[in-house]
Amino acid sequence: MDTIYPSLVHIVGEGYASFRREELFTYSKDLGTSEPKWPDYVAAPKTAEQVAEILKLANREKVPVVPLGGGMSLAGLALPLKGGIALDLKRMDRIIEVNEKGRYAVVEAGVSHGKLTAYLHNQHPHLMHSEPGAPPAATIGGNLAIHGQGDLAHPYGFNTDMINGMEIVLPTGEICKFGSCAVGAGWFTLHPLPDVGLFLGWNGATGIITKVSLRLFPYKKFREMEIFVVEDENLIPEILYELTHLGLTEDLVAFSSAIPPFSDRLHHVSINVTGDSEAEIELKRRLIFEVKLAKYIESGVGGIAAVSQAIQRPQVSKSADWKKGGGFEYVGSIMPVSAYPECYRRGAEISTRHHIPYTILGRVIGCGHAMMFSWSYAFNRADEKTVRHAREALHETDNIVMDLGGVIWKPAVFGQELLLAKMDVNTLSLMKKIKLLLDPNNIMNPGNWEVD
Amino acid sequence: MALAEYQYNDVIHRCFRCGYCKFPTDWSDVTNCPAYARFRLESYSAGGRLWLIRAWVNGELEWSEHLADIVYSCAACKNCVEKCPLSFNEDIVNMVTAAKNEMVEMGLVPRGVKKFLNNVQLHGNPYGISAGRRTGWMEGKSYPAYQGQEFLYYVGCEGSFDTRAQSAARALGDVLTNSGVSFGVLGEKEVTDGNEVDLLGEDALFESVAEKNIRQFKKAGVNKIITLSPHSYNAMKNSYPRFHGDFEVFHYTQILADLIKKKRVRGVSGPDEEEKITFHDPCFLGRWNQEYNAPRNILKSLPGLTLVEMPRNKKGAACCGGGNFYTDLLGGSEESPARIRAREAAATGAGILAVACPNCLTMLEDAVKVEGLENRIKVRDIAEILV
Ligand SMILES: Cc1cc2nc3c(=O)[nH]c(=O)nc-3n(C[C@H](O)[C@H](O)[C@H](O)COP(=O)(O)OP(=O)(O)OC[C@H]3O[C@@H](n4cnc5c(N)ncnc54)[C@H](O)[C@@H]3O)c2cc1C
Repeated sequence: MDTIYPSLVHIVGEGYASFRREELFTYSKDLGTSEPKWPDYVAAPKTAEQVAEILKLANREKVPVVPLGGGMSLAGLALPLKGGIALDLKRMDRIIEVNEKGRYAVVEAGVSHGKLTAYLHNQHPHLMHSEPGAPPAATIGGNLAIHGQGDLAHPYGFNTDMINGMEIVLPTGEICKFGSCAVGAGWFTLHPLPDVGLFLGWNGATGIITKVSLRLFPYKKFREMEIFVVEDENLIPEILYELTHLGLTEDLVAFSSAIPPFSDRLHHVSINVTGDSEAEIELKRRLIFEVKLAKYIESGVGGIAAVSQAIQRPQVSKSADWKKGGGFEYVGSIMPVSAYPECYRRGAEISTRHHIPYTILGRVIGCGHAMMFSWSYAFNRADEKTVRHAREALHETDNIVMDLGGVIWKPAVFGQELLLAKMDVNTLSLMKKIKLLLDPNNIMNPGNWEVD
Repeated sequence: MALAEYQYNDVIHRCFRCGYCKFPTDWSDVTNCPAYARFRLESYSAGGRLWLIRAWVNGELEWSEHLADIVYSCAACKNCVEKCPLSFNEDIVNMVTAAKNEMVEMGLVPRGVKKFLNNVQLHGNPYGISAGRRTGWMEGKSYPAYQGQEFLYYVGCEGSFDTRAQSAARALGDVLTNSGVSFGVLGEKEVTDGNEVDLLGEDALFESVAEKNIRQFKKAGVNKIITLSPHSYNAMKNSYPRFHGDFEVFHYTQILADLIKKKRVRGVSGPDEEEKITFHDPCFLGRWNQEYNAPRNILKSLPGLTLVEMPRNKKGAACCGGGNFYTDLLGGSEESPARIRAREAAATGAGILAVACPNCLTMLEDAVKVEGLENRIKVRDIAEILV
């Protein structure tokens, strides 16, 4: 008789575990082009202790465990490639502490980005965190597990660079803390203790993030978005260089898309400008347009497409529902900013070949140290042919990233294999040792970052 | 087996499951869908439900009692409609209702739903109580029988049979009487409005109920109807015209707001001390019929009461889960939508949680009790506040 299901019910409570086909079906599907992968069980724990119990059970029974946050990563990363327990972490959704003056928030990993933003907005209107452009159901833990980036990537880097501490449940069930919280101090810094952080960017393959102290940053009351536009993609890297030198903006994103037609083949740079007063915004706007970008305007190669637009959370609608098809997936990459023109050209070519209007985007990370460059491919969920096209386009794009000397971000298994094949052998061997040490029974999200 | 006839075959694949619909308008938490708030498994989210329906319709999944439970866990509150950013959003609840239609046609509905429908067929109400006891709500009061007065006061099933809702029904009867409104009631002859029958996907039974009511109303010479329940209001106002039932239908708050404006509501006294009051918008008055002002206008006019809003209000108001009252699916847990709503109401500091729907009244009063908030906040139907 199956003892796993009753054990799960015992741990998480009636109603929060299932092995019924309807739940398994729902968790077998990703929002993107991945083929379904069925779990054997679904469980939704409420506490780190429950997660620990489940991992101990999984080790005893040798069943895989696949953590799931918002399920927004699209590349099949939270699909149970080898069956097992789909662990829905969204009930772990407490905002535990916000330290206003110390500018950090301690949250459970299943807290959604939407919830944290709303909470700060209402309770701590001077603070914000770096929210990714993902749908707001994306969770803090899931985003860190894939090294996400948000709307403060330009001033402060990857979201994983904004951590003051973490609580992790190791694959073998021990609950560990990292950072100042590990020595009983507050959750205000990750450093200077010896670095044992082996959990970020691993897709949960080395442990489950259950709590995080996230750095918060000043939320400026006056906020607006400017949009600059050029036709020549080759100008984008130097424009971004100028703007990052200025260093006065919050989010810098260059993008281009075939739809709507008026913007086809044009390259837009959205520039988020914020300030504590109208005068501060005005000054920044002047420095951007009259000092840094004036030469492009004067020479006629660039123009101001919009000023003083309200900054709004990006909506998934247009890209996901192109031609009423209800689907899209993208390849993300971390690239040098200088690669923008080539990334755009190669991406547009792939899109054309697969009959999909191109959509590309590059978000600056740090002071122009890199960008997250993405290529999106829409498909019609009801038309298998278009799904296949999108899937092929995604694979071709993974290859382009490698060709152009970039790093695929949140790669699907296909992309992970490309990266592992190119990985320095000693690094590869270290990854293998780490995985074996932390997860001796290979229960954690197997199939992800798997070194043979 | 694929269902070629399913009405939304060309739309349902468009849900991306982006999860915007999980959030209320203030983005405060993922409790926008009452069923998802309660169960917190993806299968119960609005997107999960649509994907399951699609899988069933395509023949990818077989029907099961559990599948039907998930489909029927939709309370039709329309909060998802409000939040979905895609252009098909208006059809989300329709897609679920159409799936229920298919299940009904195949005789494949959850036991609770079947019982509900049986009761309506047998007794004219979902409670399974004999129609002869429909006048129990009057409790010795003698509201006039409808005989051509200006308004028919349609009490509805909850007001007629549920002990808590009966008090609201009487209160409304009294307020209308005190205000000199010319009205009558149908008493034993009243039958269910059919709103839930329609939403449970039983088209044929709904048609029969609606036609029965329409015939009866016309025979009695009814032109204008006042309903206690927003559910009745919705059915009579929006669906009865399909069967040539063209009446002037009002929710009672619309009538009372107007009477108050004309200073015809008499003898309303306020509390001894200034008190805060908050209002819970019923889904079928608010999102389904965009009536947000009438109840608020009433409350704002009352002496000694200050209206404070919950963060989720008007079109973003949380659903108490009452639209799902044929089964206890949504009750029983700290995460039940009614309990979440009761906590939100108490957090405003209000001493009274005003409602304008008998379903909300019973759901929220139970929730306040279970939450142990009775000493802090009382649940009152607006009609009860006015008597
Ligand atoms: C339209 C759109 C726009 C997007 N824009 C951005 C963007 O601007 N920036 C960005 O960073 N991302 C973006 N994304 C990608 C993705 O949605 C986000 O990174 C999101 O934050 C991932 O979080 P999640 O909770 O959805 O993770 P999931 O998809 O649930 O999980 C991601 C991975 O982490 C693992 N995991 C989940 N939770 C945990 C945990 N607590 N501990 C350990 N492992 C865990 C899962 O097994 C999986 O491998 C976008 C996605 C979409 C659809």
